[in-house]
Amino acid sequence: MLRRRACAGSTAVALILSLLLVLLVAITVYLFVAKAYWFPVSITEFGDKVDIQFHRTLIIAGIVFVLSQLGLAYAIFRFRDRGQKAKYVEGNNTMEAVWTIATLVMFVGLGILARSAWADVHFRDPAPGAMKIEVIGQQFQWSFRFPGADGVFGRYKTVEKALAERAHGDQSASPWQLDATDAAGKDDIVLGAGSELVIPVNREVELWIRSQDVTHSFFVRELRLKQDAVPGLLIKVHFTATQTGTYEMPCAELCGLGHYRMHTNLKILPQDQFDKWMAEEVAANAQ
Amino acid sequence: MVTHDSGAGHAHQAPTGFLWKYIFSKDHKVIGIQYILLALFSVFLGMALSILMRIHLAWPALKLPFFENGAISPEQYLALLTMHGSIMVFMVLTTAPQSGFGNYFLPIQIGAADMAFPTLNMLSFWTTFVSLCVVTAAFFVPEGAPIGGWTAYPPLSGIGKVAGPGQGPGMTLWIVGVAIFCGASLMGALNFITTVIDLRAKGMSLLRMPLTVWAWFITAILGLLAFGVLLAACILLLLDRSLGTSFFVPVGLVVSDTIINHKGGSPLLWQHLFWFFGHPEVYIAILPGMGVASHLLSTFARKPVFGYRAMVYALCGIGFLGFCVWGHHMFVSGMSPYSAFAFSLLTMSIGVPSAIKTFNWIGTLWDSKIQFTTAMLFALGFVSLFVTGGLSGLFLAQPTIDLYFHDGYFVVAHFHLIMGVAAIFGMFGALFFWFPKMFGKFLNEGLGKIHFWFTFIGVYAIFMPMHWLGLLGINRRYSAFEAYSPSVRAQIAPIQTFITVAAVITIAAQLLFLYNFVWSLWKGKKCAGDNPWNATTLEWSIPTPPPFDNFAGDEPVVYRGAYEFSVPDAPEDYAPQHVAPAELGKYYLDLAADRLKGFTSKVAESRAKLSEKN
Amino acid sequence: MPGATAAGDIEILAVDDGRGGGDVPRAGGDDDGASGGRGASRILSRRYFTGMGLGIVAILMFFMALVSAYIVRKGTGMDWMPVALPPVLFINTAILLASSLTLELARRRLGLGDRSGFQTYWQVTTGLGLLFLAGQLIAWRQLVAAGAYFSSNPASSFFYTFTATHGVHLLGGIVALVVVAARSFDRAKVTRATAAELTSVYWHFMDGLWVFLLALLYLGR
Repeated sequence: MLRRRACAGSTAVALILSLLLVLLVAITVYLFVAKAYWFPVSITEFGDKVDIQFHRTLIIAGIVFVLSQLGLAYAIFRFRDRGQKAKYVEGNNTMEAVWTIATLVMFVGLGILARSAWADVHFRDPAPGAMKIEVIGQQFQWSFRFPGADGVFGRYKTVEKALAERAHGDQSASPWQLDATDAAGKDDIVLGAGSELVIPVNREVELWIRSQDVTHSFFVRELRLKQDAVPGLLIKVHFTATQTGTYEMPCAELCGLGHYRMHTNLKILPQDQFDKWMAEEVAANAQ
Repeated sequence: MVTHDSGAGHAHQAPTGFLWKYIFSKDHKVIGIQYILLALFSVFLGMALSILMRIHLAWPALKLPFFENGAISPEQYLALLTMHGSIMVFMVLTTAPQSGFGNYFLPIQIGAADMAFPTLNMLSFWTTFVSLCVVTAAFFVPEGAPIGGWTAYPPLSGIGKVAGPGQGPGMTLWIVGVAIFCGASLMGALNFITTVIDLRAKGMSLLRMPLTVWAWFITAILGLLAFGVLLAACILLLLDRSLGTSFFVPVGLVVSDTIINHKGGSPLLWQHLFWFFGHPEVYIAILPGMGVASHLLSTFARKPVFGYRAMVYALCGIGFLGFCVWGHHMFVSGMSPYSAFAFSLLTMSIGVPSAIKTFNWIGTLWDSKIQFTTAMLFALGFVSLFVTGGLSGLFLAQPTIDLYFHDGYFVVAHFHLIMGVAAIFGMFGALFFWFPKMFGKFLNEGLGKIHFWFTFIGVYAIFMPMHWLGLLGINRRYSAFEAYSPSVRAQIAPIQTFITVAAVITIAAQLLFLYNFVWSLWKGKKCAGDNPWNATTLEWSIPTPPPFDNFAGDEPVVYRGAYEFSVPDAPEDYAPQHVAPAELGKYYLDLAADRLKGFTSKVAESRAKLSEKN
Repeated sequence: MPGATAAGDIEILAVDDGRGGGDVPRAGGDDDGASGGRGASRILSRRYFTGMGLGIVAILMFFMALVSAYIVRKGTGMDWMPVALPPVLFINTAILLASSLTLELARRRLGLGDRSGFQTYWQVTTGLGLLFLAGQLIAWRQLVAAGAYFSSNPASSFFYTFTATHGVHLLGGIVALVVVAARSFDRAKVTRATAAELTSVYWHFMDGLWVFLLALLYLGR
């Protein structure tokens, strides 16, 4: 009884479901091929490598996606119940072996190909002359510090010292203030909370990423780089930007109620303009 | 099925009285239904939270009820997000597929009278219930629910209310609730595994078990190994919060101008412990769906599962690899880059068993005879969603690409498709398939199909665009995008609105399902026989709905694999597991006789009607 | 007759299927005991041993999570101050090891049918278990007296966490000991001997776990 009815209605249902799957494939492929929504331009060599790896992955995932969805759509329509008898097949070991090995080679191969770009940022140390900048996250702003002419960051106050100062009435004392007794800190240029990160173009930069309170995340889309700022840890990343411009820097790790507005800009300047900017900051710092 | 009274001294006696029969029942079937109802309540709660978030993202100015000034504040948005995730992951995706359907059908499908430990089973459900109450109570304490996301990363979750609203009592309730849930899940997992190991009927060898049972079995093993770790992590976090220890909270934090009094803890330690649980948890949500999909595809394609053994090995492979890949959630966390690379390769290789499953599902459909019941539609939808959601995992498994997508909308699209929506499709399929066995009535097929079309198109309309938001590099867990530049905002606004409209329609369609569920319970079409789908497994060999004593004290004997469909030269296209080869001819004759009897009675009926008219 | 052909085919398939499964048809299910005898009760109680084994695996995972946290946490931060373990811990350990011994003696008495001997040794075991817990409390008191509180430093935090969680698990074992001794097993699903055996498995596990934790706390300071 029930079987009769399922059979009678099956052509329309099969057709609609198959067409929907075809439509899904068509729209998805179109949006990826037309690049209707796409990455912002990459401004580092590393970013270019990421984009290449993304394309490789997209091609492989795309082939599997199209074949599986269309295969499914075809099977749904072709083998709908038209009163035929299903074929008694329990499987095919050759086919199992083929697609196991094929996917293993494809997927793991892809993973190995991704190694070189990853190694660039994480396995290789920056060149000796790289410009060091400290990036500090706090609820809900970023602040930055340049080591100044000596190229060495000054020490922070110890927690004990900050607590002692607070006990003596200085309620603003914090273990994130420079220790005045450290000479290396004298020429440090601190850009307080809410500043923009300014760097020169075509010069390797090494960011020292820290957090004062909870976990934040440094992210600039055009750099294709994201790194959590983890309290208690000092994490270093390095890159060389090859294009000037202003790029957005939104916090990428949930850090509390103001997470959505923890946002600043990365400003990449030509060397001469950067030098000028730096000279102004040094002057302001000296006052 | 011959009924046989084994007489006095029977160990398995039906309870009497409403309280013991329906509330504190030890009957696995009642407990299964209790779990399903708990999940049903939770899923609608979770959906309500998500629709509030969606509306806020698309039309922030819209006045909403229950909110001060009708607007959702940033912290309320984060509270909605945290509770949506927690309720959906723990109370829906962990309970319904495994504890709900598994409880009801696992014992029957292996020919057991009940779970191995019925009392433990009851305790497990009520512990889950308490856990749900504790977690949702977080809404009603001062400052409301926690805002740290379902992953509850310290220090945000470890230093109390100074970190933000909801991180005080709300966060404590959340941790306690989740810890209780761990206990409940451990009890359930232990029960499931023991049942499969020790209570299988004669002839039910491991490789004759339905794939549903295999999936529940592997899921239970994952649960047994994973939840203890989360429990330990929760206890340590609670100690950090209440006793001032420093397991996770490091030294020298300054929050809201307060110097936090903790020393040297490691936030990454929490992440490792959490994701060691969290990644297997993803498979806990999806594996039962895979089992159900395999089961339904075979049954309604009238064809044996293609590559049954490969399917079993793939399940085991996914389960094993699931414990080796937690680090891929931590590519940007500051973890060692070398281990990130290893985690990446292991994660890529998890794609292999997943691909094996997909190809075998399509292989099952090849040269078959597909019957488009609503249950089958959901199973087919599951396969499509599994492919789409799984493939985006290829991108996220590579640390280089993940650096861009991490904590963005691409991730949201990925995990919603694969562990959220695909798992839910598995559950819908299971419900439409087993509803007649559970309640003796069918869910309405017409309504069910309408519900399917809306849901299938709807979930793709909601989650596919999120991939493109991810491609644009948009971060998740943002209650507003006002800090972005106008050009970015102009790009994402139409996509956000589109997603919200799709979400409203899809969620409205779920009311159709709720209506179907309730209506069919009272007035649904009666299920006449015991085996309406001509299926092969043991649950279809017993009366509908099953009596308290599943097999009436008789132990069934199993003679063949679970998916003997369309055996050549047989008069019917299925061979039930419980019929002895020698009696199969008689079984088919009886079927034919029954059908003839039904036909003649129908003829007589219509003849009587005709003569009445004349 | 087509039916007969099908039956023949399927029979072959069924045999074929069983080959790789190592398929010994297993008795199981909720045997109602109609067949009676030792065999049936053995089959019935097998699930309790399976369940106990799995429970031990779950508890082990819980403690392994804590142990890995201990190792990781020891490697991070500069605030690790080794705890000077109170000597009473070694007495406690001896007490716990002795309790395992008396537990086995009790089970042997039970096997010989000596009910009163069983009860004596069993109660000694329970008493030793309680003594161990009391000893752990003394260890805590001594630590507090030495100024090592729960949150003093990570090593002391872990010390209290390990001893407390182990103590709670051991308390569960003591409850089981009391139940096995006090309960009438006339209408129970398992015999007293089986219940005693199950309890002993758990107890020895708790014993071994403690020795392992103590070794970790001592050697991994």
